[in-house]
Amino acid sequence: VRVCVVGCGAVGSLFAAHLGRLGGAEAWAYDLARDHVEAINAHGLRLSGRAELVGRVQATADASALPPCDFGILATKSMHTRAAIEATAHAFESGAVCSVQNGVGNEEIVAEHVERVIRGTTFPAGHIVEPGHVEMDTTGDTWIGPFEPRPAPMEEVDRLADALSRAGMPTLALEDARGAQWTKLIFNAATNPVGALTELSHGRVCDLEPTRRLVSGLVAEGKAVAARLGVELDGDPDELVDHAREVAYDHKASMLQDVQAHRPTEVDFLNGGIARFGGEAGVPTPLNEAIAALIKGVERSFAEKEETRT
Amino acid sequence: VALERVCVIGAGTIGSLVAAHLARIAPVSVLTRRPEHAAALSEHGLRVSGKAEFTARVSATSDPAELEDFDLGVFATKATALEAAASLVAGRAPGAAMMTMQNGLGAEEVVSRQGRWPLISSVTFMSGIRHGDAHVEYELDTATWMGPYAGTRTSPELVAEVGRMFRAGELKAEVFDDLRPAQWSKLIFNAAVNGTAALTGLPHVRLFAQREEHWQLGHLLQDLIAEGRAVAAAAGVKLREDPWEMNCLAVERGETAHADYAHLPSMLEDVQARRPTEVEAINGQLVRAGERLGVAVPLNAAVYRLVKAKEESWKLVRPKPEEAVLR
Repeated sequence: VRVCVVGCGAVGSLFAAHLGRLGGAEAWAYDLARDHVEAINAHGLRLSGRAELVGRVQATADASALPPCDFGILATKSMHTRAAIEATAHAFESGAVCSVQNGVGNEEIVAEHVERVIRGTTFPAGHIVEPGHVEMDTTGDTWIGPFEPRPAPMEEVDRLADALSRAGMPTLALEDARGAQWTKLIFNAATNPVGALTELSHGRVCDLEPTRRLVSGLVAEGKAVAARLGVELDGDPDELVDHAREVAYDHKASMLQDVQAHRPTEVDFLNGGIARFGGEAGVPTPLNEAIAALIKGVERSFAEKEETRT
Repeated sequence: VALERVCVIGAGTIGSLVAAHLARIAPVSVLTRRPEHAAALSEHGLRVSGKAEFTARVSATSDPAELEDFDLGVFATKATALEAAASLVAGRAPGAAMMTMQNGLGAEEVVSRQGRWPLISSVTFMSGIRHGDAHVEYELDTATWMGPYAGTRTSPELVAEVGRMFRAGELKAEVFDDLRPAQWSKLIFNAAVNGTAALTGLPHVRLFAQREEHWQLGHLLQDLIAEGRAVAAAAGVKLREDPWEMNCLAVERGETAHADYAHLPSMLEDVQARRPTEVEAINGQLVRAGERLGVAVPLNAAVYRLVKAKEESWKLVRPKPEEAVLR
């Protein structure tokens, strides 16, 4: 089986490196960071932390160098989904593409360019230590299933889950993978922007009454949208919030890291996604809309600051 | 009614502008928090540049015991510093009238806890930039609106006299029998604009009034203001100006169209300096009024909670700069 990870950042590298050690598999990676690509090709893709291994991966920053693949694993940040799949779609003409990204709305974009699409949600996380070397911070499962409007057949989903699980990334194939996706979506959309707007760690967001109440308000809207869509959640996102307080008190939300580094955020696929699906389903989501607008304003302020500097 | 001697309590931007202009027509004393601030004012006088150019002579002190008696006291501190400032003059100048100039609501209650002075409410739209302890730039020479504190014994004649003094000192002033319609217009405007600026880091730019794209901030401002209007209506206050119109006018005046010239709402300045903001007096007052009157204000509550939490983050040790993350 030939698999190409599209977007080989921290999460993408976890998949690529594990696949690079699987017998009978050929792992490719497409990423725009040339130093990362060159390091992978020279020394292999190294993981440390919760996994210690070096995977053999063929990496490229040039999409035209990709061979036809059986599977794509899309792991870019959501705002790069469109550009990434437009560049690489030719490699998946006879394959299926699975998104393991944050938020909702990525599969819809993939489906504009690829025939068979797989919906996915993943929990393992890591960070890049240096080019060619990623630290795996947390282990966890990945849930995948056919993307209903443009589905990959279940046998194909099973095949990918089997390959990933054998490679050391435990993956469950489900007929309906929306529950896992929406549970994580609602959790992320309720906690990430609150951390980003207040610069507080997850635990502090939970401990302060004003922010904890706001988080619950955001969760309630997300649950209402999921319910109207007929999505059965895996768990109560509010309980996940409290659980995360116990295990990741000092964690700084990725959106807070983005904001502090003046990078664009994934808000369009988190709160913006909930608001979009809510609007289509006729469920009001005023808080998620307000939060999305504030984060877009924060992103806009980076541009203002750049302009002022010149 | 004759108000001969004036005391300005707090010499930030607004306090400095008021003290300097009134000093043209009356003896003005200034009570500052810092002794060196008072020393600079006494030594150099108070220079005004921008819309007006002059230097005023004021007597300044940081010790309330040194204050001479006065007939009109003007509280010009930030809302966050009002309680402490009012307690400094507690029991003094029993015959004086006191005027509050703070943003938001509730300043009069704070002052009335420290003395039985007749109270004048005011809302000011002028703005300036402090260039030092003894130099303030007069930026926008827009009006100050004033009126008797609702439901108290303050006479309209007293307010009229203060209005006359402002104008004689060449500040713009308008006098109202009931200031609440103006106060609430500005409250709702400030809650939406200052809160959004504080959270996004954006000055009051055109995006605040734009609604062409779904993500633009005009939608949020419109929704925040709609909640505020509903609270005002439930409170029986007929707004003097529509806060949405105020928002559109402010960003279309030209000077705020680009970041280089955009007005920096005071709450954003406070956030940038990691100082306590006026969120309690502005957003907090609006949210509590909504709760009291049974009007749902979920979006204003969200903004209020986020700003409160942001203030909390400054109490922590400042985090190290993020390590560069490859992507």
